[in-house]
Amino acid sequence: MDTLLQQIVNGFVQGSVYAMVALGYTMVYGILGLINFAHGEVVMVGAMVAMSVIHLLIGSGLPPLLVLLISLIISMVVCMALGYGIERIAYRPLRNAPRLAPLITAIGVSMVLQNLAMMFWGREYHAFPSLLPNNSHRLSGAIITEVQILIVLIALGMMGGLLLLMHRTRLGRAMRAVAENPSAAVLMGVNINGVIAITFMLGSALAAVAGIMISANYGIVHYYMGSILGLKAFTAAVLGGIGNMRGAMVGGLLLGLIESLGAGYIGDLSGGFFGSHYQDVFAFFVLISVLIFRPSGLLGERVAERA
Amino acid sequence: MIASKSSPLLQVRNLKVAYGGIQALKGIDIDVAPGELVALIGSNGAGKTTTLKALAGLLPSTGKIHYCGKSLQHYAAHQLIQEGLVLVPEGRGVFARLTVKENLLMGAYCRHDKSSIAQDMQHIYQLFPRLAERQMQLAGTLSGGEQQMMALGRALMSRPKLLMLDEPSMGLAPMMVVKIFETIRNICAQGVSILLVEQNAKLALEVAHRGYVLENGLITLSDSAASLLGSAVVRRAYLGS
Repeated sequence: MDTLLQQIVNGFVQGSVYAMVALGYTMVYGILGLINFAHGEVVMVGAMVAMSVIHLLIGSGLPPLLVLLISLIISMVVCMALGYGIERIAYRPLRNAPRLAPLITAIGVSMVLQNLAMMFWGREYHAFPSLLPNNSHRLSGAIITEVQILIVLIALGMMGGLLLLMHRTRLGRAMRAVAENPSAAVLMGVNINGVIAITFMLGSALAAVAGIMISANYGIVHYYMGSILGLKAFTAAVLGGIGNMRGAMVGGLLLGLIESLGAGYIGDLSGGFFGSHYQDVFAFFVLISVLIFRPSGLLGERVAERA
Repeated sequence: MIASKSSPLLQVRNLKVAYGGIQALKGIDIDVAPGELVALIGSNGAGKTTTLKALAGLLPSTGKIHYCGKSLQHYAAHQLIQEGLVLVPEGRGVFARLTVKENLLMGAYCRHDKSSIAQDMQHIYQLFPRLAERQMQLAGTLSGGEQQMMALGRALMSRPKLLMLDEPSMGLAPMMVVKIFETIRNICAQGVSILLVEQNAKLALEVAHRGYVLENGLITLSDSAASLLGSAVVRRAYLGS
């Protein structure tokens, strides 16, 4: 029972991070039909930048919470600029190219960013400085740290804010209109390039926050961390129905739970043959199952409707 | 109608459009005067939709397009609505996953005067009570006729000076077609100039002041709508009698 509750808590925390990253994939896919495989790298850059800023400020005598806030903001700004740059330099020139071209470019951008990060920050694992007191609370048998509580709260807050933005504002309406029918949106006076740029920047800001969350939770940063995280968040987006924002949120949380429960019980279930380090298997098992049995995802439409 | 002699709202000269190697428009002239309803008729593939798309900035073209005394050469497609030049595209271009209300608000995307937007919205709902009933429904769930009403209403939300309509009768039941054309005539009577593309030549010429006949990318006839309706050539080719 304790294990179950603990795995659910862990899964929820991990799932919040997946959901934030999955949103970036799904928003870009919804608007451009492009899988931005460089998105995971943006998460990594977000974490790296935050780490560097914290190292710079940590001796300055500023209160830790303020240091965290400053690093968060700088990291978001850097990632937004990075997201904008990626779109402007790598994807926009290929807007009307066959679909394979931007896909290959995305993989290329991902490799470039990884290697640049390796050159800049080195190939070793870095400890992510912990600024918050790592107090933990008992939740009827399960343990949850304050950092984890903060992760879940911030993630839920940002996702709620994003939904409000999409459904209650003029910008959100324009983004949904462009995603659905770009040429009609142009006729309404929407500047498509502007909306696409904003989409990339929003997704990248979420990625930056997710990068800091995951680093704060595990205490480790590495130039390769975006790769597997990106793949899992992509899986979460597909699970929820790629292009669907609520789907990305649900898919992210669900994937976090599946992974965590799977890792918690795989040892017992296989009689000790598999250990919890097999947890990555579950994400890709989910991905393959969704692609086989429900390619449109949990909340995706079965058939593309077009009036 | 001697409209083309008073200073025209839209003046098109020698407009050419090519798709790859194929010349879809071979140099056409069109005028629309303020308050005028002009029909552009012709058979399938004559270049009617191409003409409207070129005017809306959606296709690269050569030739002169003067609108409100300005050349439109340096305008991007998304800037034209602010000048009052609005296209309701073929197939209506509704946003199926936005609600009716959100679709109408998209029409007012470039306007920032909240109170007059709300007023115009009420006006559209009076014009089309069906839309008022369904304002919270997703636009994709509307019937074809309702979608056409919404597309017209959405265009009106931008306060157009020149409204370009591409096949508003397409796919609609006859009753609905009559209603839509009545509305088009009313919109024009309120001072909005209209450039109407239609395959249903009879309908179009009955509401229009003037008409152009487009064949294989060239204007072959242009006259008052009444004379075109009476012309033997038009009757034989487009009116089926």
